[in-house]
Amino acid sequence: MKSGIVSYGGYIPRYRIRPKDIGVVWGADGEAMGRGLNIRAKSVPGPDEDVITISVEAARACMAKVDLDPTDIGAIYVGSESHPYAVKPTATVVAEAIGSAPVLTAADFEFACKAGTAAIQTTMGLTLSKMMKYGLAIGADTSQGAPGDALEYSASAGGAALLIGVDHVAAEIAHTVSFTTDTPDFWRREGQRYPSHGGRFTGEPAYFKHVLNCAQLLFKRAGTTAEEYDYAVFHQPNGKFPVRAAKQLGFKEGQIDAGLCVREIGNTYSGAIMVGLCAILDEADPGDRIFAVGYGSGAGSDAFDLTVTEEIRKIRRDATPSIKEMMADSVFLDYATYAKYRGKILMREA
Amino acid sequence: MRDVAVIGVGETEFGELWDRSFRDLGIEAGLKAIQDAKLRSEDIDAVYIGNMSAGKFIDQEHVSALVADYSGLADMHLPTVRVEGGGACGAIALLQARLAIASGMHDIVVVGGAEKMTDVGEVQAAEILSSTADQEWESVFGATFAGLYAMMARRHMHEFGTTREQMAAVAVKNHKNGALNPEAQFQKEITIDAVLQAPWVAEPLGLFDCAPLSDGAAAVVLCEAQRARKFSDTPIRIAGSGQASDFLALHDRRDLTTLDATVIAGKRAFHEAKMMPKDVQVAEVHDNFTISEILAIEDLRFIEKGKGGPATAEGLTALNGKISVNTSGGLKARGQPVGATGVAQAVEIVRQLRGEAGKRQVVGARHGLTHTLGGTGATAVVHLFERGD
Amino acid sequence: MTLAIPRFWREIQSRYNLIGTKCGSCGKVDFPPRAVCPVCGRKSIGKMQRFQLGGKGSVVTYTVIHDAPAQFEMQKPYVMAIIEMDEGVRLTSQLIDVKPEDVRIGMKVQASFRKLGQEGDAGVIHYGYKFRPAG
Repeated sequence: MKSGIVSYGGYIPRYRIRPKDIGVVWGADGEAMGRGLNIRAKSVPGPDEDVITISVEAARACMAKVDLDPTDIGAIYVGSESHPYAVKPTATVVAEAIGSAPVLTAADFEFACKAGTAAIQTTMGLTLSKMMKYGLAIGADTSQGAPGDALEYSASAGGAALLIGVDHVAAEIAHTVSFTTDTPDFWRREGQRYPSHGGRFTGEPAYFKHVLNCAQLLFKRAGTTAEEYDYAVFHQPNGKFPVRAAKQLGFKEGQIDAGLCVREIGNTYSGAIMVGLCAILDEADPGDRIFAVGYGSGAGSDAFDLTVTEEIRKIRRDATPSIKEMMADSVFLDYATYAKYRGKILMREA
Repeated sequence: MRDVAVIGVGETEFGELWDRSFRDLGIEAGLKAIQDAKLRSEDIDAVYIGNMSAGKFIDQEHVSALVADYSGLADMHLPTVRVEGGGACGAIALLQARLAIASGMHDIVVVGGAEKMTDVGEVQAAEILSSTADQEWESVFGATFAGLYAMMARRHMHEFGTTREQMAAVAVKNHKNGALNPEAQFQKEITIDAVLQAPWVAEPLGLFDCAPLSDGAAAVVLCEAQRARKFSDTPIRIAGSGQASDFLALHDRRDLTTLDATVIAGKRAFHEAKMMPKDVQVAEVHDNFTISEILAIEDLRFIEKGKGGPATAEGLTALNGKISVNTSGGLKARGQPVGATGVAQAVEIVRQLRGEAGKRQVVGARHGLTHTLGGTGATAVVHLFERGD
Repeated sequence: MTLAIPRFWREIQSRYNLIGTKCGSCGKVDFPPRAVCPVCGRKSIGKMQRFQLGGKGSVVTYTVIHDAPAQFEMQKPYVMAIIEMDEGVRLTSQLIDVKPEDVRIGMKVQASFRKLGQEGDAGVIHYGYKFRPAG
């Protein structure tokens, strides 16, 4: 018996801002910054969007593709670093909004950018142990970089929901493995509005060490090599890190292209690898193998070995817009409007 | 049922009356009406007050007792009643007072209407007005009061080809009338272009398509008709009254371009008065937005359905036109202190029928009508008045 | 205008999931739920069944709001519409993901999930339906 992805759904807000339009405000060469990060634009949530609305939209897109009873979902976990409430779960709203409440367990996860993949592993365990039929794992963020900070060019918004179970599995997860250490490369203290980071420290000792080690562990456990996979997807804080990591692991450009959404929408944090995975599932065929390695600062990586099954043909993949379509459906903002939407302008209390 | 007549009228000026409180306004209008009727306080049996939302505007409920008290009537221990019904509250108070006299319970009742709207900010005032729509299923979702009327306007334009220029003609006409009313908030004429070029409030309604926020009060004294002669040479009889309700939320209504409550309230009032729309020379209708007057003149059967826009543009509703509509300036130019509206409309009709309307006098006015809306038309009240002689 | 917590909370089913009622007597669908059918009156008492709208409909009329309540200040100008749902019942909602000049009477729309407002920076956040052009 194997656990895996039964259905999937993603959501990306329509608004975008270009690195150039951010740079011009801060006296920086935004275009060069964008090129360096390999990011053409980043998604921006509307003033009426947050991690809760993104999670609900993603969960609904996930449920719209299959004819499953939402009350068969026994657990909903939402991974995010930008939950609208510090105390009060996002997951309960999702549960009500997709009709899964009240007989289920729900919680919010936080592990920087890998809280969503942590939710996948948790729901795998719960379904494999037969504690429940299905579990819903969501990763979503409306991440913020401090104004003018390098992060501002990439921190974006989006999310995805994966329905995990052992029946009607459309993408089997044969193996998962994690690699975790205490590495303070990026953090946000309680009460702080914007996150802080260790600059270049976020690279070698953080992202690359964890992603590469975790990937190697997965190769070993699955007894595979890079060539055996049709697709590979990584956490994508920018368009450069995952490309370099993939290359070091022996993957070719054609394998990582489908899941590399960061170039068009920026870093959706907890949503990043999951949105990438959804983009792959939008086009994958039965038998396709997918290699996925997430990363969360602080720090850790979760890796997954997936194989697409015949069930993928039974999922109504066209019931909701594809990730590609959502990436293309964009409205560009200037910095002033972006600042207004993101609450960066001091307002009188409403 | 006993016949009831108006024997006294009074009103304050309408506008942004910064130095006047709710109490000041209620008292002034009431005392003017009592003086007009040459009453002694001992003659008064009861006080009815129309007030939409003193609780939200000035944090004060229980305004019926308050107005009687500050009018020097506390020692009389009169029964006082405050009526709420959105923008129609003043007209409902008038109807209820009429019933109290018709039933024989009272002989003389003072009916007041008052609102003090400028003690809160404009955004807050607009939100308070919205609370007469469906808070849970309209306002919460972002529908403003103007927005709801704008959606009626859009639909009227879609179905009948009504234009913004025709709606603007309502504002232009009412400002023209208002310029002749010394108590009006706006005594200044405006042009069609000024209306069309005003900033949007809720498309297709611009700022000049909307009645203002106002402070003000109005009062009338009602008396059993037989006794009325003792107080007035020209008592104005209430010939008929009709009130009707409808779905609270606009989206639940049968039709978005007809206010059924107005149609039915009108039919009831005309039926009781044994009158026809063509018998009326002067009407005060609820023009909180320009589209509202177009709907009203259609729904009251003064003008054929769908033709309210062209009829207004052609001047059929102008002063001494086919029917003179909103000679006071209407809510648009006279002002819109919500609770005062229904009573102020009655004050204007009484003045017209008495022949005391000065420069805006409708020639040969014998029958007059008031039409008042609550919310977006979930309540409508129509009163018909006639000269007693 | 802010809402008391229980006042919003008790409507969550309808605001999140478009739960209305269907009259067991005449079959008319109402939204929000009603205890009495406006058509059947007393006959319908006790027969009103829970009914979920499909979330699709078309625009009957609309407006672009420029003078906005405080809660909607960030979104102005925004579009409000009366929408006739495929089940026949009408409701009022904000239209999103569309330019005001592109809205038309008769336009097909579908429900989405958005933030409706919040009780200040420290208060509860309210969520519910808004509509966007049908894809």
